[in-house]
Amino acid sequence: MAFFRVEKLVKKFGGLTAVNGVSFEVEQGQIFGLIGPNGSGKTTTFNMISGFYPPTSGRVLFRGKEIQGRKPHTVCRLGIGRTFQVVKPLGRMTVLDNVIAAAFSRESSMRGAREQAERTIDFCGLVPVSGVLAKSLPIAGRKRLEIARAMATRPELLLLDETAAGLNPTESVEAVELIRKIRENGTTVVIIEHIMRVIMTISDRIHAINFGQTIAEGTPKEVAANQAVIEAYLGTDYA
Amino acid sequence: MKKNWLPLILLAVLLAFPLVVTSDYFLHLMILFFLWVMIGSSWNVLAGFTGQVSFGHAAFFGAGAYTAGLLFQHLQLSPWWGMALGGVVAMLLGLPFGAICFPLRGAYFALASLALGEGMRHIATISESFTGGMMGIMIMPTFVSKIPYYYIALALSALTVLSVRFVIHSKPGYYFLSIREDQDAAESFGIDTTLYKNVSLAISSFWTGMAGALYMNYMGFIDPHVVFSLHDYSVMAILVAIVGGVGTIYGPAVGAFIMVAVQEFFRSGFFGLFDYIGKTTGSASFVSAAEVVRQAHVLGFGILVVVVILWLPNGIVGDWPKIRRNLFRIQPTR
Repeated sequence: MAFFRVEKLVKKFGGLTAVNGVSFEVEQGQIFGLIGPNGSGKTTTFNMISGFYPPTSGRVLFRGKEIQGRKPHTVCRLGIGRTFQVVKPLGRMTVLDNVIAAAFSRESSMRGAREQAERTIDFCGLVPVSGVLAKSLPIAGRKRLEIARAMATRPELLLLDETAAGLNPTESVEAVELIRKIRENGTTVVIIEHIMRVIMTISDRIHAINFGQTIAEGTPKEVAANQAVIEAYLGTDYA
Repeated sequence: MKKNWLPLILLAVLLAFPLVVTSDYFLHLMILFFLWVMIGSSWNVLAGFTGQVSFGHAAFFGAGAYTAGLLFQHLQLSPWWGMALGGVVAMLLGLPFGAICFPLRGAYFALASLALGEGMRHIATISESFTGGMMGIMIMPTFVSKIPYYYIALALSALTVLSVRFVIHSKPGYYFLSIREDQDAAESFGIDTTLYKNVSLAISSFWTGMAGALYMNYMGFIDPHVVFSLHDYSVMAILVAIVGGVGTIYGPAVGAFIMVAVQEFFRSGFFGLFDYIGKTTGSASFVSAAEVVRQAHVLGFGILVVVVILWLPNGIVGDWPKIRRNLFRIQPTR
């Protein structure tokens, strides 16, 4: 039984097929990269996995159980956390309160949720800003807060949507360190990323899609050398 | 963080109030104030903390009032029993309504709540055989004195504020705020947003229904245009919260006090000032000016709300640090 598997996922928005038959399998403990040019269907795939869109067809299997079409909050409780590409901080709440709200998904008491939140904030390196309103965080802090909130729900599988986008080089190195730490902590990670330096260094396997279809899968080296991937990113002249 | 003694001191003052001030007039104003604390705080739970703006709280207020009235009229049940049930009936009215509207996002709930309030008024008007229609319902008040009502209203409004405070500082409160701030984010970290919007509505409609039932008991007369009134209840509930501070625990209580005071200030012609000047100077124009002022209380609300929105967008409680800074020139201590 695979830890996590996506089978022939299809999503149609009217006449537009955003995702057209994507399948992949993620082993427990992996960092699995999902790449593709803009508009290739990566985020739509995430939205289907996390329950924000019901897939038009296909299956999502988590620990052998079909979870496609369930509501996002149910998917979260099953152990799949996610972050958003366009960050969604709870602006008029402090960073700590943001994470406490998320921690309540596993803890019912105020004290338990608070302790969980404090541990998570420490883990994600947000201690210095824990009392600050979320809306006043800079982008790096907001990306980190996204991760902290998802981690506070104690996921077994974490979906990271462009966590390093918009970060400066130092910040993106820190983001990579955090993602590694999350994996060492026992959480499996599926990550969408555009910054090649980031995704190529941390991923165990990479799955490349274009126009909603799989074009390659393999280790970072294999995918980087793949003809179809180079074509999709740089055009036929360079392939 | 220092302990905030203000609410306790205030409570002590309110408990002692009827012992010092025996005038029925002021007791009546205080009872109205307590009623508005209940309605404003309930509206605030749903709209201020959960972000689901309601334009139809009169529906719940009226449902509570009619529950108490109808139980007495049809079953000769004491309206005090009706009071216990008023909140429950308002809650039951809210639940199917919420179940229909809350899976949707955006303006649907706000618009539907407006329709609910207006619809309830028409239903109460049309079903004459059951509700008495425009004739309304009249019951004999249990007490002649206002003092028992004063303490009952005080207890209920204090309970309302305390329960709001308790809820906001626990798990549902965090969930309400998360829903207000971002529903997608809230769903992503495990919040059943539809369910918790309904929980918020249940709390809100319950206390508003209790306020309605209290109103029936105290005033002794209701008709559809009084208790299901759009401008007297649905809109006033919003104004009370806006003036005091949307999304603050004590804001609606402050707002209620100010709104009742402003209403009375106008209604009484600046506390009889115009009448007094008119009588002493014998000038007829002052007497007629008093007439105009009496009817201008809605204008007074309008101006007050405009002023608050312009200079204190978070309400008096929400912008208190700003008020302190500007008014008393005191730097905020943290």
